[in-house]
Amino acid sequence: MRKKIYIHDVSLRDGSHAISHKLDKAQIIAYCQAAEAAGVPSVEVGHGNGLGASSIQIGLSRLEDVEMLSIARENLIKTKLAIHVMPGFATINKDLKRAFDIGVDLVREACHCTEADITERHIAFARERGKEVIGALMMTHMASKEILLEEALKMQSYGAEGVVLYDSAGAYLPHDVNEKISFLVANLNIPVGFHAHNNLGMAIANSLTAVESGAKIIDGAIRGFGAGAGNAQLEVLVAVLQKMEYETGISLYKILDAAELAQDKILEEIPSIKNLSIISGLSGVFSGFAKHVSRLAKEYELDPRDIFIELGRRKVVAGQEDLIVEVAIDLKKLKSTNN
Amino acid sequence: MKRKKLDIAILGTGNIGTDLLIKVMRSEFLQCSLFVGRNLQSKGMSKAINLGVTVSDQSIDILKENPDLYDLVFDATSAMQHFRHAKVFKELGKTVIDLTPAKVGILCVPSVNLAECLKEKNINTITCGGQASIPLAYALGTVHPDIDYIEVVSAIASKSAGPGTRVNLDEYIETTEKGIQMFSKCKKSKVMLILNPADPCIDMQTTIQATIKDPDMKSIIQAVNKMVATIQRYVPGYKLIVPPTFEGNRVIMTVRIKGLGDYLPSYAGNLDIINCAAITIAEEYSKIFTLTKSEK
Repeated sequence: MRKKIYIHDVSLRDGSHAISHKLDKAQIIAYCQAAEAAGVPSVEVGHGNGLGASSIQIGLSRLEDVEMLSIARENLIKTKLAIHVMPGFATINKDLKRAFDIGVDLVREACHCTEADITERHIAFARERGKEVIGALMMTHMASKEILLEEALKMQSYGAEGVVLYDSAGAYLPHDVNEKISFLVANLNIPVGFHAHNNLGMAIANSLTAVESGAKIIDGAIRGFGAGAGNAQLEVLVAVLQKMEYETGISLYKILDAAELAQDKILEEIPSIKNLSIISGLSGVFSGFAKHVSRLAKEYELDPRDIFIELGRRKVVAGQEDLIVEVAIDLKKLKSTNN
Repeated sequence: MKRKKLDIAILGTGNIGTDLLIKVMRSEFLQCSLFVGRNLQSKGMSKAINLGVTVSDQSIDILKENPDLYDLVFDATSAMQHFRHAKVFKELGKTVIDLTPAKVGILCVPSVNLAECLKEKNINTITCGGQASIPLAYALGTVHPDIDYIEVVSAIASKSAGPGTRVNLDEYIETTEKGIQMFSKCKKSKVMLILNPADPCIDMQTTIQATIKDPDMKSIIQAVNKMVATIQRYVPGYKLIVPPTFEGNRVIMTVRIKGLGDYLPSYAGNLDIINCAAITIAEEYSKIFTLTKSEK
């Protein structure tokens, strides 16, 4: 019997980053119907940073969370409706309850990879309400396999029914994937998953390595539609897994149709690996920093690539934009002493 | 004649309670007569014992049985526990400064409504992000009383967020949002919190953004500068690092809060600011309290 792999489609959530969170009603309807027709098991919908994240700081969604979810709900039957939830942005009372009332089926409870204990209450609440809950550890290239296991075990103890490692900076190489995924698979009682980004062109290769290391859940986005250099290209994943004789339950022809539809109706451009994406992946820095880095590089007459590499050396995480200025000033000083 | 110091009981021996203890011991108006929790082996308890403070592991019971030992209580436990404690202190007629997000009593930001709060028996210090952002939101509201939307994002060092903070993230957000709306009179507010595990630890940083049509920038800058100066009197590490700036359709400003480094390192500005607020309330209370006492 063929081994089953669960494909989770993040196009309408991670892809929101690529179009500044401007998904509209017609796009959600069209894509949900196409994904349903292709037999995609679950579709994640919302703002790029998930439920309750629409803000001046990160970007305002065109549609409210409840509108996006209601539209998706009406157009999904067998395919599960999923949400990405980060404590610190969304709360149970303001956001989760309303999402559950609309009929969300699956919840990805997400946090930075060392902060699992902030997901405890949300996971417990979602389970009480009978939802399927998967824990999501982000920026996982920053922590060792032992720390990741410790955090994943916490999520398992809170009631998570699976844990997915996110390569949010697109920094993994296949051997990193193998090391971390197989360690978690060996030590957890729940399925393990992998969420790739393509900064170093490794998204599909890393996803395959994850599968071969025992991962049961793989995230993908149609045409790679996601933040920065994009995610593992969903239709390619389906094709490759079919070739390797894994069972995804997704129709190849129909997912290819969905890809064409998404390209016509949703994507502003097809994700590609730009120079700064390569450097940010290489230095393990969140690709969201690219614009700030470019601006400050001009202002301080520096090579933006040097700034990225220094930021990576200092292990910055998303939200530390102020450190870019500090790095730029330091590099400038260094440059003038060397001259 | 030397004025008698106000006797303070501290309930809760975690990071907040222990840092409060050190601040109380430095105060010229306050002294700690009881430091109580549930575990004599805890880190905070050991610190207190080393400092020669009277301690107990009998928690709320010891306070119930010995009301004469203290004039005012700091409750640094959790919201759930404070609901129970609040009833006890009410029966005893004791004033309590509640540092949990329980919101039982009046919401207090010392730089804005201190005088009004001193009339109450249960005073709530809202949240750390609230102490950092609400005074600035209030300042904006004094210039523009009809603001549509105010957004607050705080980033704090992971290491400064103890188990209580982590379990209470939802309450943190909802309580701070309520405070922003109440004090600024804005129609809608949104609060976000980012835990940052970077090493070395980052200082607490809070950014306030407000959607205001045709903002009166001159008056806003004046009101904000005045407020910052007031806060700096009780939170020395409070610093405006991005002054009010009009960009697009919003006014944006950022503050950074470095702690005093009493019990926790200085990066824990989030704990420091809420404790500085609590100490300020208690010191002002002590002036009224000793006054009414001497009148008797």
